[in-house]
Amino acid sequence: MEKLIRSGSNTMKRDLLLFIGFSVLIMVAPQLFAGGYLMNVLVFVGINTMLAIALNLLLGYAGQISLGHAGFFGLGAYISGILTTTFSLNPWLAMPIAALAVGCLAGVIGFPILKLKGHYLAMASLGLGIIMYIVFNETVELTGGPSGLSGIPNMKLAGVSFDSDVKNYYLIWGFTLAVMLFSINLANSRVGRALRAVHDSEVAAQVLGVNARLLKVQIFALSAIISSLAGSLYAHTMTFISPASFGFNFSIELLTMVVIGGLGSIYGSFLGAALLTLLPEILRGANDYDIIIYGGLLVLMVMYMPGGLVRGIPDLFKKIFKPKGGADHA
Amino acid sequence: MQFDQILQYTLSGLSTGAIYALIGIGFSIIYNATGIINFAQGEFVMLGGLLTLSCLELLALPLWAAVPCAIAVSTVVGILFERLAIRPLKQPTPINLVIITIGGSILIRGLAMLVWGKDTHAIPAFSGDVPISVGGATILPQHLWILAITLVTICINKIYFYHTISGKAMRACSYNRRAAGLVGIDVRRMVLFSFIISSAMGAVAGIIVAPLTMTAYDVGVMLGLKGFCAAIIGGMSSGLSTVIGGLLLGVLESLGAGLISSGYKDAIAFIILLLILFIRPQGLFGKADSERV
Amino acid sequence: MNVKFTHYVIAAATLLFSSNVFAAAPIKIGALFAVTGPAAFLGEPERNSAKMVIDEINKAGGVKGRKLELIVYDTAGDATKAVQLATKLIKDDKVVAIIGPSTTGETMAVIPVAEKEQIPLISCSAGSKITDPIKKWVFKTAQNDALAVGRIYEYLQKTKQTSVSILTVSDGFGASGREQLKVQAAKYGITVVSDDTYGPKDTDMTAQLTKIRGTHSQAIICWGTNPGPAVIAKNARQLGIKTPLFMSHGVSSKKFIELAGEAAEGIKLPSGKVVVADLLANSDQQKKPLMAFVKDYQKHYKAEGDHFGGHAWDAVMLIRHAVENGADTATGIRDQLEKIKGFAGIGGSFNYSAQDHAGLAKDAFVLVEIKNKDWVIVK
Repeated sequence: MEKLIRSGSNTMKRDLLLFIGFSVLIMVAPQLFAGGYLMNVLVFVGINTMLAIALNLLLGYAGQISLGHAGFFGLGAYISGILTTTFSLNPWLAMPIAALAVGCLAGVIGFPILKLKGHYLAMASLGLGIIMYIVFNETVELTGGPSGLSGIPNMKLAGVSFDSDVKNYYLIWGFTLAVMLFSINLANSRVGRALRAVHDSEVAAQVLGVNARLLKVQIFALSAIISSLAGSLYAHTMTFISPASFGFNFSIELLTMVVIGGLGSIYGSFLGAALLTLLPEILRGANDYDIIIYGGLLVLMVMYMPGGLVRGIPDLFKKIFKPKGGADHA
Repeated sequence: MQFDQILQYTLSGLSTGAIYALIGIGFSIIYNATGIINFAQGEFVMLGGLLTLSCLELLALPLWAAVPCAIAVSTVVGILFERLAIRPLKQPTPINLVIITIGGSILIRGLAMLVWGKDTHAIPAFSGDVPISVGGATILPQHLWILAITLVTICINKIYFYHTISGKAMRACSYNRRAAGLVGIDVRRMVLFSFIISSAMGAVAGIIVAPLTMTAYDVGVMLGLKGFCAAIIGGMSSGLSTVIGGLLLGVLESLGAGLISSGYKDAIAFIILLLILFIRPQGLFGKADSERV
Repeated sequence: MNVKFTHYVIAAATLLFSSNVFAAAPIKIGALFAVTGPAAFLGEPERNSAKMVIDEINKAGGVKGRKLELIVYDTAGDATKAVQLATKLIKDDKVVAIIGPSTTGETMAVIPVAEKEQIPLISCSAGSKITDPIKKWVFKTAQNDALAVGRIYEYLQKTKQTSVSILTVSDGFGASGREQLKVQAAKYGITVVSDDTYGPKDTDMTAQLTKIRGTHSQAIICWGTNPGPAVIAKNARQLGIKTPLFMSHGVSSKKFIELAGEAAEGIKLPSGKVVVADLLANSDQQKKPLMAFVKDYQKHYKAEGDHFGGHAWDAVMLIRHAVENGADTATGIRDQLEKIKGFAGIGGSFNYSAQDHAGLAKDAFVLVEIKNKDWVIVK
């Protein structure tokens, strides 16, 4: 028993060290890339990491698929955008209002929708995402419709306006790191264990006294809230939003980030988000061939790294450095 | 509201719905044989239309020869897809399979963009485009082709699944794959078969609809999505209920656009879909199944 | 692919050499076009035209001894990407001016970047709000939607038709047209009796048209880009609708006539003068550049040049004009652009000023009708 507890606290210590190391890396990165375009891409890596983590909590931990998360992302962005432009509210006030509203919506809709399983859940969440997209597009008076909503103010803190890539980088990664820390803790907590139980067998979890249905709805709402936060940050960074950024395709891209990165791994979500955000930049030189390479890479990655990058990269290293030891693995 | 307007909405909806149904059945067949939701299904619809165009223009084939040619080539693409992407998969978890089919669909779409360019292309109607009047509403000869070919395809399907050995074997796979394997059915072969049938049906849908809607390298996405929707309403059956699902979706869209609001017509269709799922979580016609512990 | 690769190598080599041989470095111009994605019909001709004209300028020795260098990025019609790439052009490539983006949505997203970094932006998209209110660093070459709507309404007023049904696509292009159609109607004594939309990927619009048929309006105006309007033309023919059908300048290319076939006959639409270049009077200022553009485009790309490509052509030519007048920095180009008067381009005759960064008047559009698979100017 004692041993068990100690090993538990050891993993926690290891997790904490890993997280601190990662944070330091993130914080010094601008010293290397500041000023260039890469800085701007890294801001989007931050936003996408937050979104991938949100979806991963739902998909990787609770085992519930969603093909409509771009909708929650968009809803956060639009509520923040509208409140700060039309109603000239402070962005710091608009952000929690948006998160609360999106959380409530997800909570209400979560009950009927999470009753569904497998492909029915996939379809229902997909439909939900499309409905939200259509609403962004059609409520022209409110959202500006397909032409978008412009003039959204930057965030301000203590007189500093977050209006450059470097400032936005720190703002967004500050939030992203907080979300990461929170998610790592959540995964290691009682809730995390209960979630994994629901993932493996809902009925068995019920028998063990876990209120599976409520738990699923709670995690769905949490996931939507994080997406909404990412949306608000996105709106205030870009200062312009249009429905095209929140469509079905982006929901699919988020799903791909989570799976390519590694299901049920927070750092995996970062790897997936980073790869899929940087890949188009790397492929830019390939002109019209980029989408073929992109599609082909997705197929190959799933084939050769079925556990995602977070497991695939260490395996690759093992194979390269220990060619003989690798054989017992296979 | 006049009667002829309602009739027109319904007829338009039925012909669009027939296409959704064909695509939806393609989804169901693969799902039942393999448990895969094939997000590349829409790409076969695109291939059908564009290959017919190439056969007509580049090879200068007559229509009756171009159509089977296009179907054959699309089917080959379907076989290649199964052989190269699905079969070699080491950990075929449902979610990995979803990502594979998404990657595959992006790949096929990209190749199509290189081959046919980004432009939209028109394909001539099978038998002219002189409108036919049906009690105050008008339809085109192509609509009759769509309805007839859908009907024929579904009948062939029925015969295959209920009156041939390999069709029965495939149904066995859909009930219980492991048991089917135990009684000597070659499950992997059935998986290949399901891809052949689905890609051929997708291509047929793409060919018969192209003269009305025109075709381009990116038409598959939206049509695939609607087909998936039809299959879900039908409870993932590869028979009549998916057809009803498709027709229902088509008519709802058309009535929604005509009577309520054209901007929200897709939203109306999806809200009704959600309501159906909330009331009957296993689709309109699906059977409820309980979770095994 | 191999040929393309050697092409790149040669291009890279010449670039390297030219910077050694010529004392003056090339002037770098950035371009953001939606070469792929839903707006590829805009981005592709724009990219082609811009490349073509830059090549020609350089072949003729550049401008005042300086070569122009064009750096094109594909935005895929996505506003987020457009913003990222604008930043890349400014920060990494250090361009002095940006041409594009192709769509209004992308342009609105890029404007804050251009304004903050103080780089002149010459947009190739049509939305009126791009230059209204005026922004110090933002210009545009595409004719305002408002002008196109004005052309149609003027004709309707002249022929005493007062009720219209509108059917617009639910994307940026359609939304902008829809707004203008509704705003300007009263000015011409026209009432909009029904207002419907369709999705950019929709395949059947008979439902909307059936509803419109029931309203007995005197004209139907459809605002969209291929292939939607071609489907609408075919659907209208199927339903036997005899009401005159008007389209937007979004389909003023041969492609539309090819797609809609028989159903295109008799449709009227406002268009840039490029499609009817050979029909213009010789006295028309624009005739010479138009004919040159059409001939050139045909030679390079074996396709018909359209007015979308013309927007990019105009933008490059305007920058050349500014450079000729002695500007080679971002600020210099901006100031010189604002002084351009009476420049006859593809989109029209440009007159920029401190109060007007759109630069075009209503005569930039002509109303054309499709007859025997070709364009005829409606008098």
